[in-house]
Parts: sequence; C-alpha cells; structure tokens
Amino acid sequence: MTVDLTQISFNEEGFMTDPHQWTKEIAEELAKQEGIETLTADHWKIIDFCRQVGLASGKAPTLRQITTGTGISTKDLFALYPKGPAKKVARIAGLGKPEGCV
Amino acid sequence: MAEQKNRHIAFICSKGDLDMAYPALIMGWAALGNGVDVTIFFTFWGLDLVTKKRVDKLEISPIGRTSFKMSLMGLPTGNLGIPGILSILPGMTAFSSWFLKWKMKKLGVPPVREYIEMLHDAGAKMYGCKMTVDMFGLKKEDFLPQLDDVVTASDFIDMTDGAQIIFI
Repeated sequence: MTVDLTQISFNEEGFMTDPHQWTKEIAEELAKQEGIETLTADHWKIIDFCRQVGLASGKAPTLRQITTGTGISTKDLFALYPKGPAKKVARIAGLGKPEGCV
Repeated sequence: MAEQKNRHIAFICSKGDLDMAYPALIMGWAALGNGVDVTIFFTFWGLDLVTKKRVDKLEISPIGRTSFKMSLMGLPTGNLGIPGILSILPGMTAFSSWFLKWKMKKLGVPPVREYIEMLHDAGAKMYGCKMTVDMFGLKKEDFLPQLDDVVTASDFIDMTDGAQIIFI
C-alpha cells in the first residue's frame, strides 16, 4: 500500500510542518526518499525517541541527545542513517530541523 | 545518474587553547550530521587536541583576552574586563579554564576528548602535522587512537582536493 503524501504539508526543505499528521507509514515513505529501504528495530528506536522528545519540547533532538537518550552509539547512528543523520532522522520522524549544535 | 562528488570541509586546527579547540569540533560535527565529509589537520598547538597527555588539560588564560568580561560570570559589571593585575595572579588561568568548562558542560557540550571520539565514530578523518610532530618530539603512541595518521603538509593538500578549507 502506498501512502499519499500530497495530503501532508511540508516546508520548502522537505520537513513536515505538522508533526501530528505523522504516521508510521509516512515515516517508511520518507525513509525510502532518504535512501533507507527498510526501517529496522534500531531505526524505529531512534525515530520513537525523536517523536517523544519532539512532541514534548517542540524541537527535534540533536544527534548527541539521540545517542545519549537511546544508548545507540555514534557509529551505529551514522551506519543506520548514513550521510547526514541529523536532518534525515528529523525528517523521517516528522519533525523540524534540529536546532541545537551538538 | 552521474556520480556526484560529496561536499568536503577540511579544518586546520593550529591552536591549543580551550576556546580555540571547539570551533572545528562543533562545525565538523554539524557537517557530519548534514552528510558532509570532514577532514581535520592538527598542526602546531592544535596537536594538543589529539595528544593523550594534553587533551584533558587545555586551558584559557584571561591575559590579553579582551573579550573575556566579568559579566560572563553573571556579575552585573557590564563591559568591564578582568583587570590585568588580577589576570597575572597564580591560579587565574586554572580558574578561567575551569569556568569555561563548567559553562560548556551546563550547555551539554562534551569535553574535547569525547568530541574527538564522536567525530571519529561519525567518519571524520583526522591527521597530525608531521613537521610539528617531529619538532615536538612526539611519537604515534602519544596520540589518541582516533588520529588516523601523521602526514606531511603536501599529503594534506592532496587529500583535500576540492574541499572547502577552514583555518583555525
């Protein structure tokens, strides 16, 4: 089943503007756009953490917050979301660009 | 689709002061997070950042540092700097260094050693400057294991072909 992304609002950089529109199916579709064919349990662990932080604070967590919060190492984080995990993870989790620097 | 060359930023770290250690680490980490390749070349005092005995002992001296205002400590002193006569007192460098580290810890900024590990694990390439290593009489075992190699200036120029270079 394919997901209809035309009903979802995105900003000019491709980030979802309303995190409440997000569903797991949308995440899978956005992951494919980012070159990640299948989301594994570890991918989901990171996404779930980002959703939790994002919905509570209104901000996407930084990479260091993700590694310290999930216990997933920097190496694994960069292997799971290669070439730019900061934006990729936030985008797949339906959040805005992370605002912190670390 | 034709193979596109990935954006690449190279940092040259030439300073070993605590405040000058961070720019490359922070920008390098941000670059990696955005999918940009990162190379860091440590030369002269910058080698302190990857030297086992030095990395945890980087300091900042208030002497001659005109931007270091007392208001940084939360004092209502406006534009007033740390008086030079106080700056020369024993312990002032240790105090300034401790203070800056404490400020950064509060912000969740990791210490330099941990940053080097993070950058390495995220795929940054890090090299020491051969001439400086020879001059300081350092050996491979003096460096953090994250340092990929000790290379010549010419090697660095070769490996950063097409990269954007930032000198710190």
